[in-house]
Amino acid sequence: MSIIVNDIKKGFSGTEILKGISFEFEKGKTNLIIGQSGSGKSVLTKCIVGLYEVDEGEVIYGGENFSGMSKSERKHIRTQIGMLFQGSALFDSYSVEENVMFPLTMFSDMSKEEMLDRVNFCLKRVELENKNHLYPSEISGGMQKRVAIARAIALNPQYLFCDEPNSGLDPKTSIVIDNLIYDLTKEYDITTVVITHDMNSVMEIGENIMYIHEGENWWTGDKQSIVTTDNKEIGDFVYASSFMKQLRGKLS
Amino acid sequence: MNLFQHIGRFTLMISLAFRKPEKWKVLRQNIVIEINTIGISSLSIVALLSLFMGAVMVIQTASNIDSVLIPAYTVGFATRQSIILEFSSTMICLILAGKVGSNIASEIGTMKLTEQIDALEVMGVNSINHLVLPKILASLFIFPFIVLISMGLGLIGGGLIGTQAGIITLEKYIMGLQYYFVPFSITYSLIKTLFFAFFIATIPSYFGYYVNPSGGALEVGRSGTKSVVASSMVILLINLIITYFLLL
Ligand SMILES: Nc1ncnc2c1ncn2[C@@H]1O[C@H](COP(=O)(O)OP(=O)(O)OP(=O)(O)O)[C@@H](O)[C@H]1O
Ligand SMILES: [Mg+2]
Repeated sequence: MSIIVNDIKKGFSGTEILKGISFEFEKGKTNLIIGQSGSGKSVLTKCIVGLYEVDEGEVIYGGENFSGMSKSERKHIRTQIGMLFQGSALFDSYSVEENVMFPLTMFSDMSKEEMLDRVNFCLKRVELENKNHLYPSEISGGMQKRVAIARAIALNPQYLFCDEPNSGLDPKTSIVIDNLIYDLTKEYDITTVVITHDMNSVMEIGENIMYIHEGENWWTGDKQSIVTTDNKEIGDFVYASSFMKQLRGKLS
Repeated sequence: MNLFQHIGRFTLMISLAFRKPEKWKVLRQNIVIEINTIGISSLSIVALLSLFMGAVMVIQTASNIDSVLIPAYTVGFATRQSIILEFSSTMICLILAGKVGSNIASEIGTMKLTEQIDALEVMGVNSINHLVLPKILASLFIFPFIVLISMGLGLIGGGLIGTQAGIITLEKYIMGLQYYFVPFSITYSLIKTLFFAFFIATIPSYFGYYVNPSGGALEVGRSGTKSVVASSMVILLINLIITYFLLL
């Protein structure tokens, strides 16, 4: 099911951060939210998942108006949402296994054995085997990201949100994580939303891209059209690095 | 924010904490964990404090009595009164407000800072209920035991020093302990303890939960300090109120 945001506005103590954003995040695709630092990507994401309430406009999950719902009405949609946070947000007092098991314990009626099976399946899917009993502080940042992905997919979500999945990772590990997110999207045909300001990720997995500029939906397209657009702000964003500038010189 | 806004938001937090938990089994497990971190881990410091304070009280009382008109067992009597009425409840709770309080504030504050609380909320878990309720219930359960243990050890500490240092004989000391003993004084102390326990668990949770995440680790540290100051003041205030109504 797709996620539609309709003219979302959100401000904090008088300053308007999101100035009416509309977009459709498509099912079975990796949808990217990109933009400069401070443009409002995180605020938009928090509005979509309901950590912030929108001031105006609506968020629609698969035809259901999420914004109009009460906390308890939202619950059945919440259990279909998996989210990967920028800092992984693993529970530090839980082991890897307990972290992945947590959503199952809270929201499923599985037996202990079934839960363990599911946990091991998810950990295997992110290529993290035999790390079950380590604690988040004992594994690397890349592994923490993978545990967080395993936790996010534990309940078989329909929607997957990833806030800057590559921040703090080396380029190689970044690509591994990007590809994992992309593959999961195709495998389970889910609606994935990735926030990033990393051009590598854009070129790797950008199927449906929204560029936010100062709280507005400035441009939409995909990874082919983003390199050829003559929109100035996009150009500045895409060709910010000297490497991309050189590349543009070669292309034209 | 002024005091009234804090009280309003605090009350709201408490009402969110007392909701039906997602899974009773998870609540039970969390209570056991909290009993351990809040209660059991504080036992050694409480034991040490109580033994030493009981001992000091006996020495202090004895050294202040130099009249032959005052019977020797008064040492036991006075020590008992101080320990049961004030030391084991109010003083021990003040000390635990520092130890347990800063712990709780930094635990929850760090969870806020590192988006663990957001992670709970996105999943659909009522984070306040999940994090704060087990702490409240565990404290209400374990604090009375801690206070009772402290009472016992305080009196034993006093007896040990009193007899070993030749201040008082064991018979006289025990006679003093029993002299005009009103069982209600223990009840009174335990009632106070329940109130203290509630605030020792909730005030640090409040400061941790509403820490300003953009302030970073510094702000988490500050929330610990604030919560210790606030809960100590609340304990003193409640002590005064309850004592006024129950003993006057
Ligand atoms: N809770 C809040 N209260 C007040 N202002 C906020 C809050 N959250 C975000 N803002 C402001 O909203 C603006 C957009 O912030 P946001 O975090 O969405 O940026 P971003 O696009 O995610 O940037 P980055 O790439 O650096 O993460 C910033 O100016 C920020 O100061
Ligand atoms: Mg951000």
